[in-house]
Amino acid sequence: MDLTRFRQETEVIRHSSRTRLGKVALTLLIAALLTIFLLFITLPVVSLFLRISPEAFFRSLSEPVILDALSLSLTTATVSTVIVVVFGTPLALVNARYNYRGRNIVDTLTDLPIVLPPAVAGIALLMAFGRRGVVGQYLDLFGIHIAFTTVAVVLAQVFVASPFYVRQAKASFEAVDRLYEDAARTLGASPLTVAFRITIPLAWGGLISGAILSFARALGEFGATIMFAGNYQGRTQTMPLAIYTTMQGDLDAAISLAIILVMISFVVIAAVKIVTRRKF
Amino acid sequence: MLSFHVVRQLRDFVLDVALSVEEGETLVLIGENGAGKSTVLNLISGILAPDRGEITLGDRILFSDRREIDVPTENRNIGHLFQSYALFPHMTVAENVAFGLQCRKVPKSEIAKSVAEQLAAMNLSDLADVNVGRLSGGQRQRVALARALVLEPELLLLDEPLAAVDMRAKGAMRKELRDQIWNAGIPCIVVTHTLRDVLELADRLCLLEEGKVMAYGAPEEVLGMQENGFIASFTEG
Repeated sequence: MDLTRFRQETEVIRHSSRTRLGKVALTLLIAALLTIFLLFITLPVVSLFLRISPEAFFRSLSEPVILDALSLSLTTATVSTVIVVVFGTPLALVNARYNYRGRNIVDTLTDLPIVLPPAVAGIALLMAFGRRGVVGQYLDLFGIHIAFTTVAVVLAQVFVASPFYVRQAKASFEAVDRLYEDAARTLGASPLTVAFRITIPLAWGGLISGAILSFARALGEFGATIMFAGNYQGRTQTMPLAIYTTMQGDLDAAISLAIILVMISFVVIAAVKIVTRRKF
Repeated sequence: MLSFHVVRQLRDFVLDVALSVEEGETLVLIGENGAGKSTVLNLISGILAPDRGEITLGDRILFSDRREIDVPTENRNIGHLFQSYALFPHMTVAENVAFGLQCRKVPKSEIAKSVAEQLAAMNLSDLADVNVGRLSGGQRQRVALARALVLEPELLLLDEPLAAVDMRAKGAMRKELRDQIWNAGIPCIVVTHTLRDVLELADRLCLLEEGKVMAYGAPEEVLGMQENGFIASFTEG
């Protein structure tokens, strides 16, 4: 009887020490995977800062190529974000609230630019709005040229960045309890008043973070822009294009531009986290 | 006076209810969960549309499939209190109460006056600038009622008005609610699961089962139908 109990107890001890060993091994494995992954992400970013002195960084900030790219990027990304918000908000609201025939097709089409390679987006835009494009040939009759202008930069950015806003906005609208909208209607609010005073304010955090993400995507746009808008300093050469161009001659300028984009990215992530009230 | 006959295909059965409520009269709806009580309120206030039927309030036809009339929810002037009260979480108490008046384009000075009066009448003046997220169940109920009554509705629909009020405050809140309904002097429909609500609020009582009126009449008359399983358990509890 005692012997059986002894065996059982040693079995329990052996079993628990085995589990403890397993847990330690698992923790170490996860820690190692995490460290490798974090290093892989941070090392290249840190390298940017290590490869340039502060003096060189500030000196290159006054170079025209950088100033032109910075101002063009900020302007075009802002304009394209505004366009995305103006067109995307009603679309997201309708798709979140109304079930109509073809809604799934509209959803798929609005998501398309996320999976489409930017180079494909670039050539597609060129085929539509280029001088001999499907629409461009008629615009050409009125003397309107879009390809290889600043307008083309904005169009390319709107094309690639819009899904980031529309998806987020739709999810935020869906998360608003319909009960508030029903209550507002019984109190005398028209559908438009319901949208502006109830649904949009309640979805505000999601809309802002969607707009910020869309802005960030527009700022980083490269492939579609270089194909559809070209690479002309001051007109179509945005920051990513300027990095690509200056890298071949003036590495300091390229690194400086990259550092500015990294800093903007950090601000974007922080802003999204603050707006969506998540802790770091 | 409200009179209505509404028919709507629900998931499991056809809801078919015809009732009327006089001015100053309170009709209480009881029945199992899913019997269609809240749906009746939603059909009357216009949140849902009946497949067929007619709803008239005073001399206005709010809905009639035959005459192709369907007055939008926002133009029905019906005070509808939801079970969870649906107070707008991004607004203060005063902003919630002012909302309906702003929708009606009432001048700002009048809005401020009406809101202040309504809040004072319901002992809510101290909470005017408080965000509704910080209110107790009883306070939320009073704000929801104030938000509806400030618009001087022609009909009140109350969906389990005391469900979210804590037990201790329930008795006092029920009396307060009865007085508010009495003062409003308009037809009122209350959905409830509580016998005390029936005893204190009901002028008329209606039992719904699977979307049909199973019993209708004076409360003591309906509650006396002990052969009905629901009534038997309802009066026991």
